[in-house]
Amino acid sequence: METVVALLSGLLTAAAVWLMLSGNLLRFLFGLLLLSNAVNLAIFAAGRLTEGAPPLLGADGALPGHEMANSLPQALLLTAIVIGFGLFAFALGLTIRAYRSFGHLEIDRMRLAEPEEGEK
Amino acid sequence: MKSLILTTGARLLIALFLVFSLYVLLRGHNAPGGGFIGGLIAACGFAIHAFASGVAEARRALHVDPRTIGTLGLACALIAGLMALPLGAEPFAGIWGEIADYKISSVLLFDIGVYLAVVGGILTLIFALEETL
Amino acid sequence: MSWTLALPILVPFVTAALAFLLRNRRGSGWISVAGAVVSLVLAIRLLLAVLEHGVVATQMSAWAAPFGITLVADYLGAAMVLITAIIGLAVAVWAMAEVGQTSARLGWHGLFQTLIGGVTGAFLTGDLFNLYVWFEVLLISSFVLLVIGGRKKAIDGAVKYVTLNLISTVLFLCAAGLTYGATGTLNMADLRAAVSAHPDQGLMTVIAMMFMIGFGLKAAVFPLFFWLPASYHTPHYAVSAVFAGLLTKVGVYALIRVFTLIFVGDQGYTHEILLWVACLTMLTGVLGAAAQSDFRKILSFHIISQIGYMVLGLALMTPLAVMGGVFYLLHHIIVKANLFLIAGVSRRLTGSSDLYVIGGLYRSAPLLAALFLIPAFSLAGFPPLSGFWAKYVLVKASLDLGQGLVAFVALLTGLLTIYSMTKIWAEAFWKAHPDQRQPALSAIPTRARWLLLSPIIALAAMTVLIGLIPEPFVTFATTGAEQLLDPSAYIATVLGGDAP
Repeated sequence: METVVALLSGLLTAAAVWLMLSGNLLRFLFGLLLLSNAVNLAIFAAGRLTEGAPPLLGADGALPGHEMANSLPQALLLTAIVIGFGLFAFALGLTIRAYRSFGHLEIDRMRLAEPEEGEK
Repeated sequence: MKSLILTTGARLLIALFLVFSLYVLLRGHNAPGGGFIGGLIAACGFAIHAFASGVAEARRALHVDPRTIGTLGLACALIAGLMALPLGAEPFAGIWGEIADYKISSVLLFDIGVYLAVVGGILTLIFALEETL
Repeated sequence: MSWTLALPILVPFVTAALAFLLRNRRGSGWISVAGAVVSLVLAIRLLLAVLEHGVVATQMSAWAAPFGITLVADYLGAAMVLITAIIGLAVAVWAMAEVGQTSARLGWHGLFQTLIGGVTGAFLTGDLFNLYVWFEVLLISSFVLLVIGGRKKAIDGAVKYVTLNLISTVLFLCAAGLTYGATGTLNMADLRAAVSAHPDQGLMTVIAMMFMIGFGLKAAVFPLFFWLPASYHTPHYAVSAVFAGLLTKVGVYALIRVFTLIFVGDQGYTHEILLWVACLTMLTGVLGAAAQSDFRKILSFHIISQIGYMVLGLALMTPLAVMGGVFYLLHHIIVKANLFLIAGVSRRLTGSSDLYVIGGLYRSAPLLAALFLIPAFSLAGFPPLSGFWAKYVLVKASLDLGQGLVAFVALLTGLLTIYSMTKIWAEAFWKAHPDQRQPALSAIPTRARWLLLSPIIALAAMTVLIGLIPEPFVTFATTGAEQLLDPSAYIATVLGGDAP
């Protein structure tokens, strides 16, 4: 099972890199989204994939019948997903503002802060 | 885009979303649920309202600036963490008390803080994105 | 003890919440200043505790290490917290005169305090994943600060800053996840033993390299620095001062922490790379600065070259070198933030930051000129200012190891730094203003003038103080370096429970 998840993570990373190198800010963002999902999958797999019970105590603190799943990678993932969501939403807002200011989303043409020689 | 079906449906759904979000928030103490997911559900309710009747209407329904809600949430969570200071406990340790046979705790206050912070944060983002588009 | 460690993180957030809730009132800036004063007092208290006990640690909500979140401060951590508080106070005061009502209404002061809280958290945490969370806190607040009141240029800078920092974040997260998968722990003190005991050391080196790239991007080392000169000259001056002083240094701190505490198994490989990175960072930064003609752009490139010195101290890994790196880190934050503040005042007086269209500051504002010379000479390494001792120690450490080339690069960088500082001096201060303007300090209203100048004077005084009486600071940095190179006290304090 880990192999499948690892391959999927690799596939997502490859797609992400392709998108991020395409020179368009919106595509870059989609690539970043895929990349963070690839990383999330990798962390999930790194925490071992088991068929365990949810790591929750029953009534009166009773332990579940069989082996429990490792809850720490899940907690890490949840945190990472939430943070990733916030950052992505901000980046999306920034992209919209960039589009309004420049009228395009081509990264190579965004030279306002670093004008090329002779075009100041 | 105004749709009669969406506007009418949204009115019913918001109430349902808000009640359910509170249920999830309170249930979260001993079972799956909690402030974060509860806050998301509540934010979804207002987001639907914003889609159905416009952001201005949703802001009016909310009464308070979502950024203020988020900050109040942060303040709640901080108070929950700082409550341990005068009692000589460790930072963010759970403080328990009893009022009329109901056990209350700083843990719940922290969860409410998370709930408010999530509602405020998500709605700030959604409203801002809706308004710029 | 636990509150001594927790309060320096919590107070900025309380301040942020208050400042944000009252953002429409005129006094929201003063809340920020008051919070910064409290933070400074708490940071001093923490430093005193560290001086007394060596290392202090606590577990949040009393969850025992390595399972709970650990807060820990050694000499380096406590000193960084103190410097953060100093810069926080200086910029909070300075911002009172410079941040307008529009930015304040958008929550500038609250965001600034959140940034300070995030930086402090990163310096105090003893948990790798928690470090990631603090990085995100400071990152998201820095994003918003960058675009607040943003002109087109700031949006352009922010696009580059945001995208590259997001990539570094993803790398850091991936490395942290893989570390957990391989060792089963994320507590930094616990990781040292777990990493060295791991059967597959090659895998550990791979993870170490991922951390190096992730933190390297944040620290803006060669060849990952391109976002810095693209963005640091675009936002508000108060923002770029605090970014220049603190943000890249969080990356350097993380590099120092991870590569002295956790990944020390394959130093021949990792630290050799760091050595090359350090030399190239110094050179490219200083050469980039030589080509610029904008006050803030020159300073931005100099941040990069100075980062090289700090990484050099880490790369050599001898007690003297690490001590030099730590000393450099502490001195540089004060100097760099101060130079950006001075650039802000100069821009306010002359109306631009382009060195070719300003001038005449020496004649019309001699006080500012004198104040500029202190951090500028310190940056270039003139005795007896603080930068001289930092550079001297690093050059001596490289010569002790027989690394003549490294010492040469460090000295050459110092020399070229003088060139850039002379350029700023000649263009902005010495030559007459092209439009014959006489931009005097008295043109600024009295209240604003003192709000702008007092932080600059205080920071300059600190630079002179460190330079004239280096003894206690050197002793402090030496002990700090010893703790970094032999982290047994750190590990014992963290894992042995809440000792004192």
